[in-house]
Amino acid sequence: MLLPATPVCPEPAAAQLERPVLEVCGISKKFAHQEVLADVSLSVRRGQTICILGPSGSGKSTLLRCVNWLERPDHGHIFLSGQRIGYRAGSDQLMTQAELATIRARMGMVFQHFNLWPHLTVLGNLIEAPIWVQRRPREEVVAEAEALLDKVGLREKRDVYPALLSGGQKQRVAIARALAMRPAVLLFDEATSALDPELVGEVLAVMEELAKDGMTMVVVTHEMSFAQDAADEIIFLDRGRVVEVEKPEKFFSQPETERARQFLQRFESSQRGRIRRDA
Amino acid sequence: MTREFAIVWAHKDRLLDGFANTVWLCVLATVIALAVASPITMALMAQNRPMRTLARGLVDGMRCIPFLLLAYIIYYGLPTLGIRFNNWTAGLCALVVYNACYIAEILRGAWASLPREHIDAGHAFGFSGWRLYRRIILPPILMACVPVMGNQMIQIIKDSAFLTIIAVPELTHEASAIQSMYYVPFAAFISAVLLYWVLCRIVEMLVGLIERRAEKRR
Repeated sequence: MLLPATPVCPEPAAAQLERPVLEVCGISKKFAHQEVLADVSLSVRRGQTICILGPSGSGKSTLLRCVNWLERPDHGHIFLSGQRIGYRAGSDQLMTQAELATIRARMGMVFQHFNLWPHLTVLGNLIEAPIWVQRRPREEVVAEAEALLDKVGLREKRDVYPALLSGGQKQRVAIARALAMRPAVLLFDEATSALDPELVGEVLAVMEELAKDGMTMVVVTHEMSFAQDAADEIIFLDRGRVVEVEKPEKFFSQPETERARQFLQRFESSQRGRIRRDA
Repeated sequence: MTREFAIVWAHKDRLLDGFANTVWLCVLATVIALAVASPITMALMAQNRPMRTLARGLVDGMRCIPFLLLAYIIYYGLPTLGIRFNNWTAGLCALVVYNACYIAEILRGAWASLPREHIDAGHAFGFSGWRLYRRIILPPILMACVPVMGNQMIQIIKDSAFLTIIAVPELTHEASAIQSMYYVPFAAFISAVLLYWVLCRIVEMLVGLIERRAEKRR
């Protein structure tokens, strides 16, 4: 399915159609004179896992950072559960940092380099934002955080500082930290790219479990097997543009565009090369 | 010489009162200066240019004023504008205002070298403004600049000796009072030096202790 040239974010036609959790409508972003994103649109419904694929430098991470306004898009709109991000309701007036913070707190973000807060223990990292941003009771938050640490298999590390964890453990803590916010949508920015190959599996296992549990996720990744198994939809990005939006089974077997075919072929040959080197 | 030290020993209570005053003054000045430095640091790092310029002017201006003159201005100058403090409060104000600007500059430097990722995560998880500074930025930058903050605290201890000129009853003032009463300058001032040395050693030990704790988190 090729995307239409002009992005549209129509209102849901009727009450029976649930509004997507996340809608990105025609966003563009330039750094200096370099166009990084051009007219990108996508929508994510509740419980969907969307994987964003594309070569390095195609704008995947910038797209994710624009979604929660860590980067401010130059054009276009982003809606979270119908609320426009970055602008006050019904106007073009920019949100204050505090208003933006409130809406960001409804999205969970998992970064490529974990970005755990080094001055806090594992448990501290999980409970910091729910207590100080969401103002939830400490006892409730701690109990939920401990349950999340059980879920990612790190209960025994609750009082350890991030500096003493392996990369895979850090990323699992980062996922638990994002889940502790009870987010409407979870954003993964190349969550396994900074990990040693043998640590990738433990993080992907947690992500696959989340997808099965029906968590709404937008995943920027180079892990094709994860995208194939867990994604409901693949969005292929190249040079800042959405080139193809497709179901994973179709995308990986019969991609519609030449660019996607080239990308998959190059990826497969690089994988074969890696396997030969490892052998 | 022994007789001179015996005289100082006989007045040890007075010297220890001065020592206690110095400790109390310096601890209070450090804590308040840190609190005052925080908004200045935020202004130094603000995106708003006029605010940044104003804060930079304040910090640079304060760093060019001799501490002694600042103490004079607060104790003797401000009453001409109708603002009057007793000597202890004037001394505390001088220490706070002067050192807050130095501490703000120390914190700014540590903040500038803080990895961007930690702040990004703070933003992504809904922190902003003062809460972002207090919960996400300040703890790691304090950990990063513990040795420099220790130096600054030692500077505060040494600056506090200047307050004798506005008659704050701190350690130097009491040592000076003993020597002028009995003319025992060497014994009185050496005793004060030893007490300053003890105080600075305690600060250095505390810095070492905090550094070892901070090391676990890096």
